[in-house]
Amino acid sequence: MSNLNESGLNPAAQGKAAVMKQIPDDAAVRAESPLHHIDLPSMAGKQKDGGIYLKELAFVGHLSLRCDQKNAEQLSTVKEILGLELPLQPLTSNTNDQVQIRWMSPDEWLITVPGDRTFEIEGLFREKMTGHYSLVNGSGGQTILEVRGPSVVDLLKKCVPVDLHSSEFPGGKVVSTTFAKAGAVIRRLDEQSFELVIRRSFADYIWLWIQDASQEFGLVIEQ
Amino acid sequence: MLSIYCPHCGEHREEEEFHPKGQAHIVRPLDPESCSDKEWGQYLYFRKNTRGLHHELWVHAAGCRKFFNITRDTVSYEIREVYLIGEQPSVTSDRAQS
Ligand SMILES: [Zn+2]
Repeated sequence: MSNLNESGLNPAAQGKAAVMKQIPDDAAVRAESPLHHIDLPSMAGKQKDGGIYLKELAFVGHLSLRCDQKNAEQLSTVKEILGLELPLQPLTSNTNDQVQIRWMSPDEWLITVPGDRTFEIEGLFREKMTGHYSLVNGSGGQTILEVRGPSVVDLLKKCVPVDLHSSEFPGGKVVSTTFAKAGAVIRRLDEQSFELVIRRSFADYIWLWIQDASQEFGLVIEQ
Repeated sequence: MLSIYCPHCGEHREEEEFHPKGQAHIVRPLDPESCSDKEWGQYLYFRKNTRGLHHELWVHAAGCRKFFNITRDTVSYEIREVYLIGEQPSVTSDRAQS
């Protein structure tokens, strides 16, 4: 472990926790998303119209933060680091153009950041955060699918056991639930688009499921 | 399917998202060393098999992954009350009978 800190390049993190760069910023280092094997980019643009549009947001930084929502110092530190407040209302999210924070539980949030900023942001947490907290970089274990289109609600009705009506599931709402029995964190982006955060190990299964479930609407792959 | 209110998420969700974790309010003996085999066995293995109101531990397994308590009627499956860990039930079989 000792050479982790030597090659870890982040002095701020030294002596606190081993912070590793999970997403290489060197283009020569090959990185493979959980859906690498199906080669989505080669399918992009093949079909023009459909009820469902799908794209993968690969190589995003996923950070799971657990801390105390009653600890004002922690809350202000998070705001200082991310430029965004932790959403304290259950099932809500706060986002800006770089960072998305999803409420997961009263003491847990899923933060996504641009892949090339993950290491820097994780280092900032290690440097500035005080008190009892936990930050886990799960970037390699998850990926994000964005599904949108006129039939997206009909598609999701076949996949998830939550109420998708916009009065119950408005834009910005986040739910952790099951998607075709696999776990997923689902956020509504707007009336006709949703984001699914899924596990690496279920990515292929969910891709196969979505293909099958979208057959009646027509599936368009976007880049 | 039960529609279960999660007190942490603040809304009803399908039973599919939850796991039942058995009888609630089981207190671990403070000094296991001084327990008789019978007391320790009772603590580990013996559970109520109630007909009627039952206080149960549930976890929102696919959701917020938090535990909470449910008072459920094992005959009708009706959920009478949902309350947090550390709280005591306000709906009890004694009151239900009166
Ligand atoms: Zn919940």
